[in-house]
Amino acid sequence: MNALIDYTLHLADNALILGHRNSEWTGHGPILEQDIAISNIALDLIGQARNFYQYAARLINDSTLQGAKAPSPGGEGVGGEATEDTLAYLRDVKDFKNCLLVEQTNGDWAKTILRQFFFSAYQFYLYQHLQHSKDETLAAIAEKSLKEVTYHLRWSSEWVVRLGDGTEESNSRIKKAVDDLWVYTDELFEAASFELLATNEGIAVDLSLIKNNWLKKITDIFDEATLRFPSREGQAVRWNGKDGKHSEHLGYILAEMQFLQRAYPNNYW
Amino acid sequence: MDTIEQKILSILETVNDPEVPVLSIIDLGIVRDIKINENEIEVIITPTYSGCPAMDAISINIKLALFEHGYKKIKITSVLSPAWTTDWMTESGKQKLKAFGIAPPTVKQQVCHTELFHDGEAIQCPRCNSYNTKLISQFGSTACKALYQCNDCHEPFDYFKCH
Ligand SMILES: [Zn+2]
Repeated sequence: MNALIDYTLHLADNALILGHRNSEWTGHGPILEQDIAISNIALDLIGQARNFYQYAARLINDSTLQGAKAPSPGGEGVGGEATEDTLAYLRDVKDFKNCLLVEQTNGDWAKTILRQFFFSAYQFYLYQHLQHSKDETLAAIAEKSLKEVTYHLRWSSEWVVRLGDGTEESNSRIKKAVDDLWVYTDELFEAASFELLATNEGIAVDLSLIKNNWLKKITDIFDEATLRFPSREGQAVRWNGKDGKHSEHLGYILAEMQFLQRAYPNNYW
Repeated sequence: MDTIEQKILSILETVNDPEVPVLSIIDLGIVRDIKINENEIEVIITPTYSGCPAMDAISINIKLALFEHGYKKIKITSVLSPAWTTDWMTESGKQKLKAFGIAPPTVKQQVCHTELFHDGEAIQCPRCNSYNTKLISQFGSTACKALYQCNDCHEPFDYFKCH
């Protein structure tokens, strides 16, 4: 049960944090059509996050009823029932289980595009498997979300090719983005303990099943974009987002995202 | 004599999609079932897109429309599976879209794949009916639409993209 809750929160946090990052582009996109595109993707991701949080809240409340000690419920000191809002707005950095990739700063358009491409390719294969999960609710959310992710993947792939095989300037920017972000892709395929448990129960996706598909997708698009994988020398990531060990960026995201609920609890705007 | 389900259905036909107001929620295909429990009407709907902001408004509008007709206990249940598809849009809905200036979704789900820069699918211009059109952006003014332009009459238009 606890593994299912943690896994659901992990899926939710990934979608929420990337959705929030993308929403930072709203009103600042390079051209109107792409401003609208990235905002639409943000909306899809936040919608997916809501579906996962609603389910997680239900699981947490059920397990609390049964007297079990639920892991990371509404967050420290948050009494009462868990809701999608308490899970998004009242948990702290260490409670968030998103991968480090999604919390990385937007940087320029190339970095945002590449982060989206890496993550959409991951979500695409993940949801393809998750829609056959033993857990019916996760399967339904995955089935629903997969259609949206298909558009995200196509859109971001096209942009990677456009930038990589574009001008000297766009090529140098996307190359820099590859150098910045590549190191965070390992974590996508390193199962956290709750993922292993949930995988054994037939709930979570076995990450080893999707890694090769993901790598092939990246290789194909990189080939078309005339991009190469960077050298890994000297690069090591010290954190593990899925277990709540985040880069410094997540704290800033939460400070902005959670400000209203922290300062004026239960307020609406 | 109409059954109660038919009455409910005809009321739901008056509830419109706030983002594409020419379409009723029945045209849109998001009403999946109507259940009559003891004194309670349950309307089962499914979202078009996970983050569609119209869904909350639609739930409220369903309740309001049924209240107006004297139904007091109303429950709206949202289901995710099977996932909504534009194949569920009614024929009359597609015609209303076209008359409104939005190209209706094509029948075959050709766009729902990951192939890049794919322009094999011809979307018909709702203004001059030309198939000589080009994709401007896969994402339009709302999640359900893409932006196209007609190469013949040069009119930009929304395409209710297949899903
Ligand atoms: Zn035309």
